[in-house]
Amino acid sequence: MTRHVIVGAGQAGLQVVEALRRDGYDDELVLVGAETWLPYQRPPLSKKFLQGETTAERLLFRPQDFYVKQRVDTRLGVAASALDTAAHRLTLSDGSTVDYDGLVLTTGARVRRLTMPGADDERVCYLRGLDDAARLKARLESAERVVILGAGFIGLEVAAVARKAGRQVTVVEAQSRVLQRVVAPTVSSFFEALHRGHGVELRLDARLARLEPTPEALAVVLDDGSVLAADLLLVGIGVEPEVAVAEAAGIHCAGGIVVDEFARTSAPDVLAAGDCTCHRNLRYPAPHRIESVQNAVDQGKVAAATLLGKLDGYAAVPWFWSDQYDVKLHMVGLSGGHDSLITRGVPEAGAFSVFYRAGERVIAVDSINRPAEHMAARKLIAAGGRCDPDRLADTAVDLKTILDS
Amino acid sequence: MPKVTFIDLDGASHECDVANGLSVMEGAIAGGVPGILAICGGSCACSTCHAYVDDAWASVVGGPNEIEDATLDLANDRQAHSRLTCQITMKPEFDGLVIRVAKND
Repeated sequence: MTRHVIVGAGQAGLQVVEALRRDGYDDELVLVGAETWLPYQRPPLSKKFLQGETTAERLLFRPQDFYVKQRVDTRLGVAASALDTAAHRLTLSDGSTVDYDGLVLTTGARVRRLTMPGADDERVCYLRGLDDAARLKARLESAERVVILGAGFIGLEVAAVARKAGRQVTVVEAQSRVLQRVVAPTVSSFFEALHRGHGVELRLDARLARLEPTPEALAVVLDDGSVLAADLLLVGIGVEPEVAVAEAAGIHCAGGIVVDEFARTSAPDVLAAGDCTCHRNLRYPAPHRIESVQNAVDQGKVAAATLLGKLDGYAAVPWFWSDQYDVKLHMVGLSGGHDSLITRGVPEAGAFSVFYRAGERVIAVDSINRPAEHMAARKLIAAGGRCDPDRLADTAVDLKTILDS
Repeated sequence: MPKVTFIDLDGASHECDVANGLSVMEGAIAGGVPGILAICGGSCACSTCHAYVDDAWASVVGGPNEIEDATLDLANDRQAHSRLTCQITMKPEFDGLVIRVAKND
C-alpha cells in the first residue's frame, strides 16, 4: 500500500488531496496541518469575514465528512518538525513519525513580523490565518484609530473594511505609491484616489521608526518624526515562504522551496506547491514565487499528477484579484519586464484596464471593474499575447474579438 | 429547511438542505455533491461551481450579474441557463430548485 503525505493543510494541500482522489489514487493519504482548522479559504479573511458577513465554518473548503469519505488521515494542530529524505520519514511536532512514498510540501508562508520594542503590544495585529483574522476582527470592534503598515493587498483591503466600519484609518507605506511592487503608476494612482476619497489618510514614502505603547494609545512614530496614535496597528508588510523544515532537510531553497515545472524539489519523492515555492513555470524564463489562490490550485494539480506518474509541466497563466470598497481589481499575467503600457477606458470613470506589453506582446493586464476584459485578457495571454494595440485602446471594439486581430 | 436537488454528471439526484442566505454552491459542498468544485471558494473568480438551472426554474432564479456573466465565459459549455452556483443565494422562493451540475473539471 502506497502512502503519500501532504504537509500543509491550506489551499494547495487540499488541491493535491482532491486531485489525487479524483484521478484514481486509492491508497493512503495523510494531510498534516499546523493550524487546528481543516483547509479554509484565505481571501475572505480580509474581506467578508472581517466584515462579519461569513463565519469560520463557511470558510472551510470541504466539510469534515469529505475527509472521512475520501479516507484522508488528517493530523491537525501538528507541524512538521524534521524530514529525513533518505529514509523517507517525516517527524511531527508531537513526536510521531510518518513514513512516505511521496511527500508534498504545501507549507505556505508566514507573515513578516516587527521585532522592535513594543512589537508585542496587544494592539499590534497581523493577518495570515483564521486565528489572526478572528483576533483582528475582535480588536477592530473597539478600535477607533486604525493604523495600517503596508499598502499592499492586505493593507488596502483591511483599510477598506475599517473605513467602511467608520474607523479613522491611516495607511503608512514605505514606497512612493501603493501596490508599487505589482502595478503601474496609473493603477496606483487610482487606488490612492479611491482610498483618499473614502477618507483614508495615506502616508507614502513613510517608514515606521519606533513604537511607544501607552495605556491611551500605541504611538506609531514615523521616520519623519510624526506620531500616529493607534488603537490598532495592522502590520501588512509581506510574507516569507515557510521553508525551515525543507532547508534543514538539505532541500534546495532560494526565495522559497525550489521546484521544477513538475513541482519536484531537489530531494527524491519530495514535491512542493503553492506559496512556499520558488517554481519554474514554462511560460517564464526564470523561477519565481507567487502568492495566490490560482498558483496554489494549479501547482497543486501539477504535484498530484507528478505523484501519479503523469508529468504535466506547469504552464498556467497567473491571475489574481482584490476587492476594495466597490472596486474589483483583476490581474492576469506578470508585468515584470514590460516596456509599454496601453490604457483602455478612463480611470476617472472608475472602470478601465491597463495592458502591459513587452515589445509586441501583451504580458499582463490589470482590470478595474471590467471583469469581461479580464476574462478576455486571460485568453489573450494564454494564446501568447499578440494583438493589434490600436484595438486594445479602442473601447468601441469588443475585447472578446481581440484574439482575431 | 429549503431544499435544492442537484443532478450530477451521472444523472444521479442529490437532494440537499440549503438554508436561506447560503449560496447554492455552499449547499452542494456541504451535501457532498460531486462535480461542484468551487476552487476559489465562492469569490466569483473561477468557474468550477458552474451548473445549469432547470428550465422550469430559470425565470424564478434569474440570470447572472455583470461579474458573474463575465466569469461564466470561462466555463465549459456555457448554456442558456448557466449560473455560477456561488452567486445564487438561497431564498424561500427557491425551495425545490432543480439544478444540473456542469462539467467543471
